[in-house]
Amino acid sequence: MLRFAVRRLMQLVPILLGLSILLFFWVRALPGGPAVALLGERATPEKIAQINRLYGLDRPWYEQYLSFLERAVQLNFGSSIRTQRPVTEEFLRLFPATVELSLAAGIFAVGLGIPLGYLAARRHTTLLDNVSVTGSLIGVTVPVFFLGYLLRYAFAVKLGWLPATGRQDSREFLDAVHPTGFYVLDGIITGNPAAAWDAAKHLILPGIALGTIPLAIITRITRASVLDVVHEDYVRTAEAKGLLKRTITRRHVLRNAMLPVITVTGLQVGLLLSGAVLTETVFAFDGVGRFLNLAISNRDFSVIQGFILIIAVIVVVVNLLVDIAYGLVDPRVRAR
Amino acid sequence: MGTGTSEELDLGQAPGRPGRTAYDGPLLAVDDLSVTFTRRGRRDVRAVDGVSFAIRPGETVGLVGESGSGKSVTALAVMGLLPGRGVRVGGSVRLEGEELLGASDDRLRDLRGREMAMVFQDPMTSLNPVVSIGVQVTEVLRRHRDMTREQASVEAASLLRRVGIPDPVRRLKDYPHQLSGGMRQRALIASALACRPRLLICDEPTTALDVTIQAQILDLLRQLVRESGTALLMITHDLGVVAGLCDTVHVMYSGRVVESAPRRPLFGSPRHPYTGGLLASIPRLDAPRGAPLHPIQGSPNDTIPWETGCAFAPRCDHRVDACTTSAPALEVRGHASVRCWNPLPPPGRTAAAQEEDA
Amino acid sequence: MTAPHELGAAADPRTAMVLAGAEEGGSLGRDAWRRLRRDPAAVVGFVLVVLFVAVAVLAPWLAPYGPTDTPGQGTVTPTNIPGPSAEHWMGLDNLGRDELSRVLYGARQSLIIGVVSLLLGATVGILLGLLAGAFGGWVDNIVMRVVDMMLAVPQLLFAIAVAAMLGQSLTSVMIAIGVTNVPVFARILRGSMLAQRGSDYALAATSLGVRRRFVVLRHVLPNSLSPVIVQGTLALATAIIDAAGLSFLGLSGSDPGVPEWGRMLSETQRFLASAFHLAVFPGLAIVFAALGFTLLGESLREALDPKYRR
Repeated sequence: MLRFAVRRLMQLVPILLGLSILLFFWVRALPGGPAVALLGERATPEKIAQINRLYGLDRPWYEQYLSFLERAVQLNFGSSIRTQRPVTEEFLRLFPATVELSLAAGIFAVGLGIPLGYLAARRHTTLLDNVSVTGSLIGVTVPVFFLGYLLRYAFAVKLGWLPATGRQDSREFLDAVHPTGFYVLDGIITGNPAAAWDAAKHLILPGIALGTIPLAIITRITRASVLDVVHEDYVRTAEAKGLLKRTITRRHVLRNAMLPVITVTGLQVGLLLSGAVLTETVFAFDGVGRFLNLAISNRDFSVIQGFILIIAVIVVVVNLLVDIAYGLVDPRVRAR
Repeated sequence: MGTGTSEELDLGQAPGRPGRTAYDGPLLAVDDLSVTFTRRGRRDVRAVDGVSFAIRPGETVGLVGESGSGKSVTALAVMGLLPGRGVRVGGSVRLEGEELLGASDDRLRDLRGREMAMVFQDPMTSLNPVVSIGVQVTEVLRRHRDMTREQASVEAASLLRRVGIPDPVRRLKDYPHQLSGGMRQRALIASALACRPRLLICDEPTTALDVTIQAQILDLLRQLVRESGTALLMITHDLGVVAGLCDTVHVMYSGRVVESAPRRPLFGSPRHPYTGGLLASIPRLDAPRGAPLHPIQGSPNDTIPWETGCAFAPRCDHRVDACTTSAPALEVRGHASVRCWNPLPPPGRTAAAQEEDA
Repeated sequence: MTAPHELGAAADPRTAMVLAGAEEGGSLGRDAWRRLRRDPAAVVGFVLVVLFVAVAVLAPWLAPYGPTDTPGQGTVTPTNIPGPSAEHWMGLDNLGRDELSRVLYGARQSLIIGVVSLLLGATVGILLGLLAGAFGGWVDNIVMRVVDMMLAVPQLLFAIAVAAMLGQSLTSVMIAIGVTNVPVFARILRGSMLAQRGSDYALAATSLGVRRRFVVLRHVLPNSLSPVIVQGTLALATAIIDAAGLSFLGLSGSDPGVPEWGRMLSETQRFLASAFHLAVFPGLAIVFAALGFTLLGESLREALDPKYRR
């Protein structure tokens, strides 16, 4: 098992190196080069030369790449031109919000998708099955931001049940402190359950908006996978042994049917983190995605470069962890 | 093993288990079983059509036929493993007098694995790939024999040893992909026999295995059945398997039994042209060098519905006019029951003498 | 499952498969077509797609107003944006333009972006996949490492990075979405070519002494294309959604006069409470267009996949 994990870890190296090369050249491929991108309309030949000297952009590209790599390993991606603060610092400040939102969306998607997919498969060709199949087809085609609007309009504007924007009601919880940046957790550990509850309420609508596409995907794959497995020979063997229904479901159906579900669920992490850019914008939710969106409209390239590289690394690492988790469940993978 | 020279069969010894009420009927009685697959928008398919046979305690019975003859469906019907939807089952299946068709799901679950067990064709797919061999053998013990985890492990190791798996304690921790095909089939047999069932059904248990392994598995089955007194229903397309194992043989064609006979007469003097064709198509070591094989012409697809005549008629070289106008009934002729208008003559007798006999 | 299976067991199923696989695309296509027509999802998807394309092509004739006409000039104020009425079926927008006309014209942008980005992504992806699948070995290794790398970045982020680099224009959106399609197509074609190469009929052809290039071009490639066709249909749906996402983020073309569903939604944000219809109609347009391609793609997949042929 350990050897399997180490081997998978080694496969990360070329991917990460490649990504760094990609993003390194990305900035250099900007129209007019990074200096023009940085200066925008204020660019004059003297200023460009000055910037190029300052950032070492006049050196050969491989020297530049090596120093970029050296700084990237130290998580140094320069500073945001909008806020003047280091990119990594901004990311770390905002990341808890995005994690909180993604977790809410993930819990919604997995918690609803797996039972729904399972029931649809067991009641194959019934109404429930048809509804879940149709629903999941529609679910993947609804843009996150459109769904966000619909939810905001229905539950915040019209019904007034839930807050429309933000992470916390700033007037009511003016004095709430945030040692971890995870607002729900902060409310709990600082003995402020009302603040925790308020933060949780702020997660519901964006969580549903962000989690709907993963929900559709997970429902679908669970249903398909369970349908495949119940027709496997080993399930018939288990039936021939006279095992109880729940034993067969748990040990022989679910344990196998969950394998593709684990993989697909892992792949949703990338979808959640990129969907967060749109969701956070719709709900004015102060996280990594909204900051990235602001960086795009301000042509804040060091933020775009740094954030995308960090998110890509996170996605790759999470997928690795999912692979290892897969190995824990499937003995055949471990042996490979 | 029985040498069945008469209608009366020589039974394997099957000591009654303590605590069981005396019951002197057959262990399994299948009576007029029919299975029809129905699918919306499609013609119904009658896979099994009025099949009757019985198995006595300890007896080994073969159900022989080509794929599509309905033999596997018969076995699944006995076990109650046919899918609930899209299948109509008629007739009667009784295990020690208890009717199984229409029995509750709970009752069938209690019987399966404990009183009757089944081994399937493909050991590569019949074991759950993500569950250890140990759990797959012990789960049936824990379900039916109320054993603790430890007791079941000990018992499972001894079962694996009995079916010839070396180093059984270590093997319990292994997963199916770590075992060869033959070993997997042994493990499946071990879990089928774990609760000492009265009836074991084997559906082509050796077809997916190498020839050398096939013989080992058959030897193992023969030995286990003799030791435990379990009755065995052997489903196969291979008359070679039947020859070494079965007391009684039922040959199926297109959903019906066309010939039933004890082993000796069946091999010595097959009466149904289909049985005769099957035997003639087996390569024999004692045949003269260069002697041609005689395969049955056509394919199992060339059938006519039983309602209009004998399903085998289009492929039969003994066909007479009656064969394509009405269906023959299963009739007792000598040692065998044969469903044929024009059966093959018994050895040493002319066709004329046979007419008198019938 | 096995039971009814055995019933149909005609000749040896493996022989049948070899024969079916070795045949040219014709009968497979006809077979798939027959199943597609019977599938309600496929029919609905097909109708939606035809509708979408028709609207995109015929927008100037269908739309009651031009995309920049302002029939509501004077009546519209920021607090009073009229919703649907007999005169303006989808209401007016905040500048007094006819929403219906803008939604109809918006289909053009989506279709252009979808088709161009698909062609771009599919062409490059298929070439890479072909390279990897036909040669194998180290070529395959290098191509697949690059593909893995590209797949590591979430698709939308990847598109954002590319579009942000290229600047605000329609072209950069199309390139951005096209680039994200490249690894997907490369991987699918390569995977299905490897599977086909190892298949019985390809081995049979090779063992008969047929040259490798001939086997790949005449047998392996045509049989590997069906997953690519399926992916192409699905990629159109993704392209429409992603294009809307990019323009929602302000990365689309710089001419605000050209109606685009994603940007229409993004501009609505300020009027969400007072003019909800401005969010509903472009949003539904995206959903229906994407749904059409998704339904069509999914039913194509089922129709072409031998696994579903029973």
